[in-house]
Formats: sequence, C-alpha cells, structure tokens
Amino acid sequence: MNAHDDTYQPNGSISKWIDERLPIMRLMHGQFVDFPTPRNLNYMWTFGGILVFCLVTQIVTGIVLAMHYVPHADLAFDSVQRIKRDVNYGWLIQSIHAVGASMFFIAVYLHIFRGLYYGSYKAPREVLWILGVLIFLAMMATGFLGYTLPWGQMSFWGVTVITNLFSSLDEIIPGLGSSVVTWLWGGYSVTGTTLNRFFSLHFLLPFVIFGLVALHVWALHVSGQNNPTGVEMKVKSDGVPMSPFAVMKDLFALVVFVMLFAWFVFLVPDYLGHADNYIPADPLVTPAHIVPEWYFLPFYAILRAIPSKLGGVIAMFSAIVVLVFIPWLDTSRVRSTKYRPLYKPFFWLFAFTCLALGYLGAMPAEGSYVFWARVFTFYYFAHFLLVMPIVGVFEVPRKLPRSISEAVLKEPISEDVPVMVGAGGAPAPAAAAPEKR
Amino acid sequence: MIKKCLLSIAVAASVVTITTGAFAAGGHIEIPRNEWSFSGIGGQYDKAQLQRGFQVYREACSSCHGMNRIAFRNLAQSGGPEFPEEELKALAAEYEVDALPNDDGEVSKRPAVLSDKFPLLYANEQEARSIHNGALPPDLSVIAKARGTAYSGSWYWHPFAMLSDIFNAYQEGGADYIVAVLTGYKEPPDDMEMSVGMNYNKYYPGHQIAMANPFAGGDNQIEYQSTAIPSTVKQYAKDVAAFLSWTSDPTLNQRKQTGWQVLIYLLITAVLLYIAKRRVWASVKH
Repeated sequence: MNAHDDTYQPNGSISKWIDERLPIMRLMHGQFVDFPTPRNLNYMWTFGGILVFCLVTQIVTGIVLAMHYVPHADLAFDSVQRIKRDVNYGWLIQSIHAVGASMFFIAVYLHIFRGLYYGSYKAPREVLWILGVLIFLAMMATGFLGYTLPWGQMSFWGVTVITNLFSSLDEIIPGLGSSVVTWLWGGYSVTGTTLNRFFSLHFLLPFVIFGLVALHVWALHVSGQNNPTGVEMKVKSDGVPMSPFAVMKDLFALVVFVMLFAWFVFLVPDYLGHADNYIPADPLVTPAHIVPEWYFLPFYAILRAIPSKLGGVIAMFSAIVVLVFIPWLDTSRVRSTKYRPLYKPFFWLFAFTCLALGYLGAMPAEGSYVFWARVFTFYYFAHFLLVMPIVGVFEVPRKLPRSISEAVLKEPISEDVPVMVGAGGAPAPAAAAPEKR
Repeated sequence: MIKKCLLSIAVAASVVTITTGAFAAGGHIEIPRNEWSFSGIGGQYDKAQLQRGFQVYREACSSCHGMNRIAFRNLAQSGGPEFPEEELKALAAEYEVDALPNDDGEVSKRPAVLSDKFPLLYANEQEARSIHNGALPPDLSVIAKARGTAYSGSWYWHPFAMLSDIFNAYQEGGADYIVAVLTGYKEPPDDMEMSVGMNYNKYYPGHQIAMANPFAGGDNQIEYQSTAIPSTVKQYAKDVAAFLSWTSDPTLNQRKQTGWQVLIYLLITAVLLYIAKRRVWASVKH
C-alpha cells in the first residue's frame, strides 16, 4: 500500500526550487501526510508515535544532563545531587530523564504485546519486527548503562552482577569470559574507569537507536500498518490519510500518556527507582537484595531460575533472541488473535507469565519463588517453541472479514453508508471494542 | 473473553496462594506509616516543623552525623525551613572551614559563610569508624531517600498496594523509616543475644543497631520554643524526619505545585484534542 496518490503541491517559488533539487518535503508529505493508515486502528496503535516522543525526550534531557554530570567514581554521585539541587530546573530535567526511561519501557512493552496479539510480525513484516527486537535490545543496553551513572549502591552492584555474568563464558572457552569481563570493566574490578566508559556508551547508544528507528519506520512504510483484523488494506476505502486522521488520534493518545508521565515526574519521581541508589557506591558493602530496574525483572527471573550460571545467562539472552524467530515459529494462517479462538487463552497466559516473572524477579531467589520462576520460565519458552507452532496447525480460525471496510461497516448502527473515505456516517464506537459473540 | 481471562488468572492465583501462603508474610519488618504535611499528591512542607527538625538535628544528631551536601544558604531557601538570613549568618559563623591557601601555601581556618556547606565531621571513614567503635554514622543529606519501607503483605495484594501508592503519591517511606528507628529502641527480648556495643531496635533490620538512642533522655530532652508542640520523643522523631525529608528533597514544594499546573494544562489539552479528533473522524466510520 506504499503506492498512493501524491498530493504534495509546493506553494511558493522557494518550495518549488527546493522540490526540483531535493524533494525532501515531497517525501515527508507522502510518508507522513498522505500515507494511508487502516481506518480501523485502535489506540494500541498509538504507541509508535509515543515511543518516538520518548526517544526524543530522553535524548534532549540527556544532552542537558551530560552538561552537568561528572563521570568520575568520586564525583558522580554528588554531581547528580548538584544537578537536583543547584542547577536551574535540574530537579525537573533529572526527574524527566529517570522517569522517562521507565515510561519508554512501559510504552515499548505495550507496543510489543500489541504486535504479538495482532500478529504484526507475520509476513511481510518480518524485517520490521526484527528491527523492533534490535531496538528493544539497544534500549535495554542503554537503560542498563544509564542506571550505572548515578553511582549509587544499586548502580554499582547491578553493574557488578550483570557484567560478571559474562565470566560464565569461561565454561565454554577457558579464559574467554574473564577476558571479556576485564575488557568491559577496563580493569580487574568495577571502578571509575568502568563508569567513564559506560557514560560514553550511554551517550552513543541512543543515536544507534535513532538510526534503527529510522529503519523501523522505513520498513513500516513499505509494508504498511497491520490492523486489528489482520487483513491487509486492499481498496482505497480501507484506509484514511495519516494526516489528519491518525495524527489527531496519536496526538490525543500522546497527551494522555504524557499525563501519566507527568504524574510520576512531579508526584512520585522515586517510585520506580530503588532507595539503595541514594547510598553512594561502596565496593565493600553489598546490599541485602540486588535488584535491577523493574523493566529487566522478567529476564532477571529467568536468569535466576536456571540452576547453572552459564545456563541462566543463555536462557536470559535466549528469551530475547527467540523473539527474532517468531515470524517463522507462528504457523497460524491468520494474523490477528481476535480470530484465533484456540490461541487467545494462550496469549493471555503468556501475558500473565511475563507479569509473574516480573514479580518473581523482584523477590529473593529462595523457597517457592524459585519453583514458580521455573514454571513460568518454562512456559515463557514453551509459548514460542511449542504453542505457537502447534496451535497454528490445529486451530480453525474464525471467519475473517473480506476487507477492513467490511469489518468496519458491518456495525449494526450503520444505515446506507457509501464505502468511501470522507463519506457521511455517524462516528462508530472504537474498533477496539471486544467483538460480539 | 475478559471473563475467561479473569477466571484463568483467578484459578492460577488461588493455586499459587495455596502453595506460597506459608512464606509470603515472612522477611520484612512492617514500618508503620505516619501522617505528614508533605505527603500525598498536594502536600507541602510545614516550615515550623522543618525549623524544629533542624533544632533536633543540631541537638541530637549533628555530633555524629554530618550533612555535607547541604549549604547554610539552603536553610533560607523558599520551600525549606526558611530561617532569616541574619540568624543563618550567625549560625554559619559557629562552624569552621578551610580558608584558601595564603601566599606561603598554608591553609588556615575561617568561619563559615552562607555559601559554605556543613563541614565534614571526620577526616575520613577510618577516623569515623575508630571514634564510633567500628560503626560509620552515615551522612544525612539524602538519608530519607536512601531508606524506605518494604511491602510486607501477601503477594496477591501487592499489585493493588503498588497502585494505591502510585495513586496516593506515597513517597514518605524514608521519613516513616526514620521515625520507626528513632522510636524503636526497646529492651531486647530475653532470648536474644546482643553483640557488644549494640542496641536493640524493634525496626532496624536484624534488630541490632550501633547507634545509641539519641533520645535516651526521653520526653522533654529537647526544649522547643513553642509550648503548643508536645515535647515528646515521638514528636522529635517526626520533626527530624520531616527535616531530613527536606534535605533529601528540597524542591518538593515547587515540584508538586508545578506538577499540578502541568497536569491541569495537559488535561485541558487532552480534552481539546479529543474533541478535535472526534470532529476529524466524524465523517469516517472506524
């Protein structure tokens, strides 16, 4: 659906002059104004725009923070305090950046689960999906590196625990793991050298993410957006131009999201962090419980569920790598879980599994917490490796609408609405409403 | 569909409850929550309480605990104890800090001024530990943020407790912890073996704390200027906890005020955008 009418009209001689030499405005107009978006998208499709907002917010606040932050083992903790106390509006910028990381992950998790529910990874969107997994990986690396910088107790011990994981590679090739760890640390323990290089990488990675996002959007604009029915856009009436339709909806959703963001920034800025990170890093005192940021907890639970260190590390990384193969693991003939009666309960079980793993990751690794972490780790992988291939083969999907227009226009309240964009008709209830049985 | 989903969660939940119920409650010591003027979505510091809290800090804490990230001028800033500047100048002059080196490179002492921070109490960690029988009294500048309360209920209420804390903007865990520890000095139980030099504390993790009870003198140990305020250990603890909350989070007043302006602005914007969105989509069934 990339081929659509070009309505760009350069007005004025300067626009015309530029358009003949570098038609960048024509390109932007085609991709972000005329671009056809399915008319039946629900609010789960607004997170793409929200995520771009999150990335830009993190980069802008991050650049300002970097002007005041000092990446030195003896000064880092106090420099963050100085930002919060003495820099003009430093408390606000620091709070936006710290809370912003969490908001970024809330949005990305909803975005990923939207993709999983509606089968947005299936052909022809495999590359789009894989780019998304790469963005997710880069985000996790950036988040982890960034949590190091305040140089509190959790920063220090989080780095120590996570970087130490690589030493388990010694079990495969003796010496490999410890060499990698020494190389990461820039020495034989976590020190100011480690902090300094982590700061450098934390500054670099967001721009890598930015590049990946550009590719992600490009791939999206080649295949076009998926939609709640999972049926591709076939006729012109299946879609509406991105502007003003999708743009207005995205803007409204963005402002609602920013309200949640602001609630945390202004009223509960420390809720998503850990009190121990207000204790300056001390290599001689280990905190009672070392827990990563909340957005890593499901993977942390998987890491600890496996009794061997190397096994745990492999399981943790596999939990992300497995996402790359989903387009080929899912054997279903239809995309959207809406039309998959057998798969639907498994999807929600998977969602519950991720929440449960998140909870268990925050708990100490003892007693029945370990048992349940193993049960849910098993299901996490079984969902991708067993459920997705097998259910798709045996399932009889519900009847798909022939087109998006048919799915939208069969609503009972419609009278005689012509199947055309911009034609009359009462506003229908949101397409996201649960289907009627 | 939603019903089915809820049902499956409920079944899973009940299975987990039965198997984990036994150990879920153990581990954490429950810290009681207090009422604070600065708690919740709109709370602000009580200037008089912060001033009393500073008095308690000076008389009961400051001989062992420094406050090195706080400058004297901070005590005059709006949203804090807001002491009069003249009073603070006199206070600062009671402290000595290093002067700049003179032409011979010698460093002498000079009285502190408003822009100076509270001086360090110890030359280094080793000196602090040797004075205090091996224990290190932490700097109190950010102590209220560095401490907190842990959830101690059953796991299935945990998500609701979290939501409730987010909704009610609960950020006073550190202050509650400080009150609990300062009022938690008790006689040790008969079956408890205390290490040498340690004190029993009901709320301190492990119940053995190196810090002696700062309010060993009991009620009336500290003389408040106002007779309207009860001169009790509980009150001292609350006042100093409020003061230390302010040292940890000096921009709270401004943060919450700005926050409400931002939230109301966003709410109006959201309503307008929703109306605009409805009008744009009015002609398209979706």
